[in-house]
Amino acid sequence: MSSVLVILETRQGELRPSCLEAVGAARVIADAKGCAVVALAPESANLDAAVIGAAGADQLMVATAEVHSADAAAATAARVAREISANTVLLTATVRGRDITPRIAALLDTGFAPDCTAVDANTMVFTRPICGGKAFSNVRINGDVVVASLRPNFFNAAGREHTAEASEVPSEAAKAQVIEVAAQSGERPDVAEASIVISGGRGMGSPDNWHLLEKVADVIPATGLGASRAIVDSGWRPHSEQVGQTGKTVSPELYIAVGISGAIQHLAGMSSSKVIVAINKDADAPIFKHATYGIVGDALEILPELAAELEK
Amino acid sequence: MEIFSFVKRVPSTTANVEIKDQQLDTSGCEFEINPYDRFAVEEGLRQKEAAGGGTVTAVSFGDDASQKELRTTLAMGADAALLLKNDAADSADAATTAKVIAAAIGERSFDLLLFGKQSVGHDQHGVGAGVATRLGIPCITEVISLDISAGQVTAQRGVEGAVETITASLPCAITCQKGLNEPRLASLKGIMAAKKKPLESVDVEMPALALIVESTQPPAARPAGRIVNNAAELVDALRNEAKVL
Ligand SMILES: Cc1cc2nc3c(=O)[nH]c(=O)nc-3n(C[C@H](O)[C@H](O)[C@H](O)COP(=O)(O)OP(=O)(O)OC[C@H]3O[C@@H](n4cnc5c(N)ncnc54)[C@H](O)[C@@H]3O)c2cc1C
Repeated sequence: MSSVLVILETRQGELRPSCLEAVGAARVIADAKGCAVVALAPESANLDAAVIGAAGADQLMVATAEVHSADAAAATAARVAREISANTVLLTATVRGRDITPRIAALLDTGFAPDCTAVDANTMVFTRPICGGKAFSNVRINGDVVVASLRPNFFNAAGREHTAEASEVPSEAAKAQVIEVAAQSGERPDVAEASIVISGGRGMGSPDNWHLLEKVADVIPATGLGASRAIVDSGWRPHSEQVGQTGKTVSPELYIAVGISGAIQHLAGMSSSKVIVAINKDADAPIFKHATYGIVGDALEILPELAAELEK
Repeated sequence: MEIFSFVKRVPSTTANVEIKDQQLDTSGCEFEINPYDRFAVEEGLRQKEAAGGGTVTAVSFGDDASQKELRTTLAMGADAALLLKNDAADSADAATTAKVIAAAIGERSFDLLLFGKQSVGHDQHGVGAGVATRLGIPCITEVISLDISAGQVTAQRGVEGAVETITASLPCAITCQKGLNEPRLASLKGIMAAKKKPLESVDVEMPALALIVESTQPPAARPAGRIVNNAAELVDALRNEAKVL
């Protein structure tokens, strides 16, 4: 009996919520194949088998390693994949997920489909962006086991009543190891994980105006703050906030671009957002061609109005 | 310190994407060194200097045209270049590329392998970690700071909402992220010197591809948007029409 294996990401023993989407995708594939879903946390973590089961898993395996190591995680995952005769291994396309995915494929001597935005569970054809989102390819793995990473915000957890059957499994030995995880200061979610993102560009005028963006972000819970490269290159904001081809790729429910022209390299990082709002004083700015809603006007006047409206 | 820095010839990031017969058509594109690979070349030069000696060899899996990009790395300061030549190299997915590179360099001696964190275009994020896994050596990906002393590697990388510090020992592979260094431009003297540096070309076999591209299409068109007059109308649309708030 084969299974679909899905790799969970935890940090300091806590589950990263975006990987529940991969559990849901694993359920869809397993149902098409008539097989089980096994979720594996490659490091020791405090996981709720009811949450993992509700997302779509039949079994939950938690490994024993105390710290994160990409090579150990991949080796543990490959061993479990063999033990359970996995037909598919799914991961989430986070920094750690992107790191582990090619390693599992190499250990299983198969191919991998990275950063996918859709899958047809019957044909196992995955859709993925290429050239920074300027095109999408439909791809298929040529190998015994299908390995793929899924972009956050494109798949859904199953949402059923089920508690996964939990067990502990040994971890493989580590070569490289994480010795410290320093959380970025502040309460805001990372742009890559936030369900709502508001980003500022050169049209914000000066770093002294950033509090206007922060004010809007404060009134909508769980909003991440982003920036264009022009802003990061000027040193106004850290690179960890840059959205675009040389920054982070985001696909939130709502992306608000303020004083951003919409250069192709910026679009590469955010054009798959569900709803895009553009605020720009130039009615001909390219960003408006991609926006669901636009306001033509001075960002410095509109942002306080927006914050006030949102508070109502 | 013996260092290999891996570079790929890619379509310029500013090139328009053409799709012909449901496949990507790069025939009209300008090409350049993958921007992330410049960090790998620069880091090789810096680590060699910090170690007080050694060689930096730039390696590319590509067709003959990739000699141009290899010459550029020699002009930046690499000591030697190695072309793993196959005319179909550009069709190779990351897993296949890793297999080819691991087989080709596994016999050579090295301390450090440096890769870009991804090659723009295919955007697969997989060659560095794939090569390291096949060679059985540690790999640290998306590195923004790197310190090597007495054979011990300490690196940092950004993950969502945090910065991780990771340690490993040599030999080790690193994939380079923006922020690691500022790649130098080739000087005129470097360009002249590059002409006399060795560029070895080795034919390599292409295994069966591990990832088959069935078709490629432009992104789905977004539904036409509309201009609203003010913040109040916007919030109303977001709440009641798009229902994202
Ligand atoms: C290889 C490469 C990689 C790149 N990677 C990235 C990347 O990852 N991310 C990225 O963002 N860019 C990237 N870029 C840069 C990109 O090409 C643009 O230069 C950049 O996105 C522009 O930033 P901007 O929109 O903030 O500034 P601008 O293009 O200068 O636009 C500013 C906008 O603000 C508007 N504006 C001005 N004043 C106001 C006001 N008071 N109120 C409202 N609107 C106002 C203007 O009308 C204009 O549209 C990359 C470029 C290259 C070559």
